[in-house]
Amino acid sequence: MRFWRTPLDADKMKIPRGELHIIVERCKGCEFCVEYCPRDVLEMSDEFNSKGYHPPKAVRPENCVNCDLCEMICPEFAIYCLTVEEEPVPVEGGKTS
Amino acid sequence: MSPKGVPEAVIAAVSSEEHPIAPFLRMDRMPHIWCSTCGIGTAVKALVAAFEKLETDLDKVSIVSGIGCTGRVAGYVRLDSFHTTHGRPIPFATGLKLANSELTVIVFSGDGDLSAIGGNHFIHAARRNMDLKVICVNNFIYGMTGGQAAPTTPLTAVTSTTPYGNAEPPFNLCHLAAACGANYVARWTALHVRRLTKAFAEILVKPGFCFVEVITPCSTLYARKNRLGTGLDIMKYYHDNTVIEHGAEPADTDIVFGGPIICGKFVDRDRPTWLEYQDQHLGEVLGDKYYRGKVLQGAGER
Repeated sequence: MRFWRTPLDADKMKIPRGELHIIVERCKGCEFCVEYCPRDVLEMSDEFNSKGYHPPKAVRPENCVNCDLCEMICPEFAIYCLTVEEEPVPVEGGKTS
Repeated sequence: MSPKGVPEAVIAAVSSEEHPIAPFLRMDRMPHIWCSTCGIGTAVKALVAAFEKLETDLDKVSIVSGIGCTGRVAGYVRLDSFHTTHGRPIPFATGLKLANSELTVIVFSGDGDLSAIGGNHFIHAARRNMDLKVICVNNFIYGMTGGQAAPTTPLTAVTSTTPYGNAEPPFNLCHLAAACGANYVARWTALHVRRLTKAFAEILVKPGFCFVEVITPCSTLYARKNRLGTGLDIMKYYHDNTVIEHGAEPADTDIVFGGPIICGKFVDRDRPTWLEYQDQHLGEVLGDKYYRGKVLQGAGER
């Protein structure tokens, strides 16, 4: 992640990571998770599930920050995030780095 | 974290690949009957998130629903729940609360069930300030029966029974509940999941009649008949046209077709509940012969 200068607490702060799980067969293709993911992790897939809906697929799973918004907004209980052990993310700063 | 009140065997039977909501729902009934993009599932998830946030003991919670799409909630939750006849969740919940005042009784039903068929029960439960948590999922139409006009259908909106547009002024449920004396009144849409969760967490611990209106998309009927696009288009409409005004005067929060939706926590007050009124009044009149909602034998012979 890039900032205009290195944050003073860069060594202490960790960016949370989430592991995305999609229950493809339960999805009804409403696109809410794709539209409202703040990190643009998801995209609609071209494939069908057995009900004939297009489920989402994770195209940038490494961007997931475990915010749980997809899990909260999904009316079908078909997507959820699990917490991954947090690891420090290298911070790229400006002048002071 | 395992939710309180859920048997260990149930938690063990839920595989790790299952959704975290699984301990709270009867997963053998999934997928549910609600249409794609319907917001009722989101409202259920927000309620479950509120249970998780408060670490509620689920043995002390009961959900009562009426008839309609939202009425199905009672059958899907893994709680003590009851699916009542049309319009009667509030009388049933009132009896449940009075028989066991330790229970947190939640009424989870739709706008037609609560405001049309059960409208009388709704206003009187609010007037008495009965200790119920009423969650009304409002999609402006009778969804399950084919899209007839409901008491909440906005003016000029097209439904199956109003093909030239609705000419009846609708109920503003938040205003109705506040005017009748509810302790807590809030309105959110299915898009405001975090604020909805917070509102549910607030009503679960607040005594008295608490009312939360959840505006949800009905893409199959309301949006199709009014050419509002898909459920996602309605969510974008909520995003662009919702005005959050905490403490707004409920009379000024009418929903106009195509207009802004005023959301927020409108009322949060502490009127005494029905049981507190009874305890106070009958306690004074009957003295020792009265104990917690019960008139003991021999009272009235003074």
